[in-house]
Amino acid sequence: MKDKKLIALGFEGSANKIGVGVVAIDGTILSNPRHTYITPPGQGFLPRETAQHHHQHILPLVKSALDTAEVTPDEIDCLCYTKGPGMGAPLQVSAVVVRVLSQLWKKPIVGVNHCVAHIEMGRIVTGAVDPVVLYVSGGNTQVIAYSEGRYRIFGETIDIAVGNCLDRFARVLTLSNDPSPGYNIEQLAKKGEKFIELPYVVKGMDVSFSGILSFIEATAEEKLKDNECSPADLCFSLQETLFAMLVEITERAMAHCDKKDVLIVGGVGCNERLQKMMQIMCSERDGKLFATDDRYCVDNGAMIAYTGLLEYANGASTPMEESTFTQRFRTDEVLATWREKESAIA
Amino acid sequence: MEIKADGSDGSLVLIKQGAEARVFESTFVGSRRCIIKERFSKKYRHPTLDSKLTLKRLNAEARCMTKARRLGVVTPVLYAVDTVMHTLTFEYVEGPSVKDILLGFGLIGVDEEQMADITTQIGNAIGKLHDGGLVHGDLTTSNMLLRSSANQLVLIDFGLSFTSTLPEDKAVDLYVLERALLSMHSSCGNVMDRILAAYRKSSKQWSSTLNKLAEVRQRGRKRTMVG
Repeated sequence: MKDKKLIALGFEGSANKIGVGVVAIDGTILSNPRHTYITPPGQGFLPRETAQHHHQHILPLVKSALDTAEVTPDEIDCLCYTKGPGMGAPLQVSAVVVRVLSQLWKKPIVGVNHCVAHIEMGRIVTGAVDPVVLYVSGGNTQVIAYSEGRYRIFGETIDIAVGNCLDRFARVLTLSNDPSPGYNIEQLAKKGEKFIELPYVVKGMDVSFSGILSFIEATAEEKLKDNECSPADLCFSLQETLFAMLVEITERAMAHCDKKDVLIVGGVGCNERLQKMMQIMCSERDGKLFATDDRYCVDNGAMIAYTGLLEYANGASTPMEESTFTQRFRTDEVLATWREKESAIA
Repeated sequence: MEIKADGSDGSLVLIKQGAEARVFESTFVGSRRCIIKERFSKKYRHPTLDSKLTLKRLNAEARCMTKARRLGVVTPVLYAVDTVMHTLTFEYVEGPSVKDILLGFGLIGVDEEQMADITTQIGNAIGKLHDGGLVHGDLTTSNMLLRSSANQLVLIDFGLSFTSTLPEDKAVDLYVLERALLSMHSSCGNVMDRILAAYRKSSKQWSSTLNKLAEVRQRGRKRTMVG
């Protein structure tokens, strides 16, 4: 009855979201439920509590993913999970579940690099062929382009990620973490009018955010007390400064590798102001911007399933004894075998 | 007011458009050939931020260029700075880039004598910059010209330059060059070693910088990331 398309089940739990997705090889998302661990305002998520949250939700999510997709475990070809990078304890949850299911259902495992999964998801959803990728999230900030078999990092943060900078500033203002601190900063920034000068730190193709965070944390306390500006002004200024830095290094990378298009992925990629600024830069260079909304930008199971499936279709799988997880796993460590084949056809 | 890019007024010819600036060839006060580098504004940036950055970088570039000259490193002569139009006007240097010369070596074989001369000049120039507390920031072979008349090395594009006395910054400066050489000119043999040999002779602080360079190489420019 069912067509013979390859189908994968993917598990993502590298940060505060746990997601399970069912995806076919052509990129059709059959289901993609997810649950986010939301902490009270003013607090971030800690590894242990986040792992406990994932524990509680992962099995119901597997059931709901299979039910919505209307597939049985038998019809699944491989089980994919996030091998890294991410927080250790949360990563462990999906790794363990995948090993158990693999033995129960007798299915192969594919370990997936989280960053590469974001890129592949973005490419299949938007149809971008060979873009410069800006990957911006709570844990990562990288400018990436494909070259000779790998996703190469052209520029990145030398300290904290841009999302981390936004999230931690949201804590200073005790903004809600629901649905995400970044979203609430974005909404507040729309009401901002006054531009407050902040440090602007671009070093070649790299950026640094920790100094800006310290600066604005101190400024916020001072200026809010004296009523010199509103929290909205601070959010507005922070966004303008951070995003200008990101667009600048993206443009550098475009000039360097002679590519026309940009793809934004990762949680911060949902930010409409960032998309707008990038759009202006791209149109000045006769390029196109590819961006997605929160369904695909934010961590999800489908992106892991799809990327794992690409690897699986190219003959790769992870033996049980190697199905570990790691907090450190660079984007350029992965040999993107499927991309080589694509470019061979093109 | 924008500079016309098509050269229709007969004097401005666009020769390169980068991410931040347009470079034109023109004439200065009558007949002197010159280069005009215009930093253009970025529409995506907040106007306050944009004008601050553009002006800051324009000034920094002009200062670093002239500082390099004071340190005895040959750079194009700066003729004019226009803070309203955001342009720098400087001398036109007649001659090929080191990049083209080395690429030529890659094709037809290395001319040992010329290679020794070029690498010595590069090492000397960087040594002088660093001892004077100036970091170029974008040392690539396309930012080095060889003036045809005197066979003299001319450093260009100080757009990313800054002043620093830290061994770390100088080491990263050298590391950028090393990476650029590896990616473009690996067929020319180990050019970097020759440059470093000259650098060692020219810079008084070579030892701390080169120790740091070993460290920088070790870690790569890129840290391993978490999450």
